[in-house]
Amino acid sequence: MNKILLLLAHPAFGRSVANAALYSAVEGMEGVTCRDLYDLSPDFFIDVEKEQELLLAHDIILQQYPLFWYSTPSLLKEWTDLVFEHGWAYGSDGESLRGKYFMQAITTGSEAETYAWGERSSMPLVSYLAPQRATARLCGMHWLPPFVAAGVHFESRAVLAREGQRYRRLLEALQQCSQLEELAEKYRITDGPVPEANALDRDLLKGESNG
Amino acid sequence: MDNFLLQLLLFCTAAIVAVPLARKFGLSSVLGYLLAGIVIGPFGLSLIGDVESVMHFTEFGVVMMLFLIGLELKPSLLWRMRTPILGMGGVQVVGTALVICLIGSFFVPWQTSLALGLIVSLSSTAIVLQTMREKGTMETTAGRAVFSILLFQDLAVIPILTILPLLALSPAQGGSGGEAALLDISTLPTLWRVAATLGAIGSIFVGGKYLARPIFRIIAATRVREIFIAVALAIVVGISLLMTVVGLSPALGAFLAGLVLADSEYRYELESDIDPFKGLLLGVFFISIGASLDFFFISHHLLLIAALVISLLLIKGLILYGIGFLFRTPGEGRCYLAAALVQAGEFAFVLFEFSRSNGVLTDNIITPCVSAVTISMFLAPLFFILQERLTGRSGNEEQQREADSIKKKGARVILSGFGRVGADVGRFLLSTGIHPVIVDSDSGNVATLRRFGFEVYYGDVGRLELLEAAGAAEAELLVVTDRDTEKAQALITLAREHFPQLKIVASASDRSATYDLMDIGVSAIRRETFGGAVELGREVLVCLGFRRYEAYRLARLFRHQAEAFLPKLYHAHRRQSAAEYQLLYRRHTSRMAALLQAEGENNVGLSEKAWLASRGED
Ligand SMILES: Cc1cc2nc3c(=O)[nH]c(=O)nc-3n(C[C@H](O)[C@H](O)[C@H](O)COP(=O)(O)O)c2cc1C
Repeated sequence: MNKILLLLAHPAFGRSVANAALYSAVEGMEGVTCRDLYDLSPDFFIDVEKEQELLLAHDIILQQYPLFWYSTPSLLKEWTDLVFEHGWAYGSDGESLRGKYFMQAITTGSEAETYAWGERSSMPLVSYLAPQRATARLCGMHWLPPFVAAGVHFESRAVLAREGQRYRRLLEALQQCSQLEELAEKYRITDGPVPEANALDRDLLKGESNG
Repeated sequence: MDNFLLQLLLFCTAAIVAVPLARKFGLSSVLGYLLAGIVIGPFGLSLIGDVESVMHFTEFGVVMMLFLIGLELKPSLLWRMRTPILGMGGVQVVGTALVICLIGSFFVPWQTSLALGLIVSLSSTAIVLQTMREKGTMETTAGRAVFSILLFQDLAVIPILTILPLLALSPAQGGSGGEAALLDISTLPTLWRVAATLGAIGSIFVGGKYLARPIFRIIAATRVREIFIAVALAIVVGISLLMTVVGLSPALGAFLAGLVLADSEYRYELESDIDPFKGLLLGVFFISIGASLDFFFISHHLLLIAALVISLLLIKGLILYGIGFLFRTPGEGRCYLAAALVQAGEFAFVLFEFSRSNGVLTDNIITPCVSAVTISMFLAPLFFILQERLTGRSGNEEQQREADSIKKKGARVILSGFGRVGADVGRFLLSTGIHPVIVDSDSGNVATLRRFGFEVYYGDVGRLELLEAAGAAEAELLVVTDRDTEKAQALITLAREHFPQLKIVASASDRSATYDLMDIGVSAIRRETFGGAVELGREVLVCLGFRRYEAYRLARLFRHQAEAFLPKLYHAHRRQSAAEYQLLYRRHTSRMAALLQAEGENNVGLSEKAWLASRGED
């Protein structure tokens, strides 16, 4: 079973609707370690050694966050800057993350259709994940396409609860999957079009699609 | 008595006139003193009588100076300097003595010339160290080499005193030659003498390590300053007497005592107590050297003395330059080394006296040599100037290149008070690798903290001397954590006045203390309890179920608002009526509440709404 490290980054989780729905759906799952970064590092102090230890103990690193300005909330950036140390995560001796899987779970305010060339959100969503993709590759990790709940402002609680279930089933499938490496191979960085958001649904959930 | 006071007045007046004049022309104070001596001496205004006894008495200044140097050194530093001390110092003394012996033996018996060589190989600790301190070159490579050699010379006095009698050509003229001491141990069998000598040195170590501290603590607790000064003086004088009895150099004894006390918490207090005495005694000592120049004798033997002075300077200078070369001192350092140590020193006077009574040298040799030595000492400050002119620098530009070692010695920060606030400030700074000089005026507190391994010094930085001894002239910053606002204000005003480069950071016990400190223009003030209180409030929010990040942000906002509003409140408090101040305060309070409660919605919340709102625009 693949062990998952879920890193949640939401600066106002107390008022979250979408992320709260996703998080509560997977919290407490066996083999999933959940960490609420803004609660653990409210003053942006990050215990790098502890974080690295946790990374070593897991196979899949999953970052869950609301999309802020087509990017991550600031603490997640700080977290990456400090934890992915030279000589540990990358560089000639930095092999600690090699062979692990890296994935994102993202909620967006704008609807899924707007994430296309020329549309209101300008580009396909995965184009915005280029920094994380390249980071994963540099550290020798296999990048997997993101779980995305788009247009969450317009969804009812019931729909969001269903998104939570989809999220949970995806994590379960990831835990059980024994051919992750072949799967990840499909999503290597190429000069072709970027993978779709939620592409993993088709691979692992037998064609279920974003509600 | 009247005569004594008159003499005192004379010396003081001469110093008051000559030293500022010398400094004004960029000369060292030593030169000022020497000139003053000539003016009031037998060949000037002829105002003083018994120069020799004055000189003899004030030689004690040298002892005090070595005590102070010992205090400033740590045994570990001394140990690290063992190679330059033994190597450079050894080559300098032995080399100079042998070369002078060789050349001299063309004119006089070799025993005589060897004795002369040994005597003039020593340089003037008093002049050189005083000058180096004034010019701030103690911490440069060359400065340290100079210091090492001086230290070796001070040590060498002991074997020289042993060797000299062996060079006697005629029988000793009675007495042991040592100063009249309380008791004379030279009549004891050798074994006993050695035992007494070792015992004396041992007692300095044991006394300094185990006895001095409890005594200081008791004395400090009485809070009578004179008594502390009395103890400090008693230590130096007592050790000098002890050393004289066992036939060692008092200067060496005082140096050892200083070394033993160097890491005691009373170090700065001792330093600041002894320093004025040292300064005064040395000043008078230099004046008496100036006064003792016998122009009558010199003018009658002009050629002889000129030849003596020139050959002395040439031989010593060349050997010193050679040493610089041998020990790889960089080019300018070599010049500095030679310029600093060419002169003969005050020890020469003592040793000439000793040689006379032991039948080593006769008066017809001693008299011209004493003049030559005096002239060389008189020329010493000029050599420093010459060296500066030639190389275009005073050696202290090198200081910047050696910033590291200075950081260790001259601390960047002085921390006044190691109590409730100071202790945590100190611990924080120490952890970040900044080692402040920490001074606290509560001797009980100091003793306790020492047991926990903190290097805290006892003393009241509100006194200028102590502030100076703590390194205020070189430090960048003064941290004031005294709870007593008036004391804090006085300290800050004093520091501002004398050390304008010092930045000030102060803690205030409450709001009105904050205003008081703002009155004297301090801008970096933190209210002692404010930070702790806000942190406590943040903890309360977390316990009430606020998310940690939100609690953190609210606390941060509160702190920033309070800080931003402080100048307005201060202004109102000082310029407006109490009612107006209270009104402003209440307005500030309610504005703060509005801000913090909106914060929940404000930052993240607002932009979220904005995200939605912007959508409707197209
Ligand atoms: C500062 C900020 C920036 C945002 N930037 C974007 C964005 O670039 N694209 C987008 O689709 N939504 C954006 N949103 C909307 C959030 O993604 C959305 O509010 C969030 O996913 C809702 O999740 P929650 O209910 O867990 O808070 C932004 C929201 C905020 C507060």
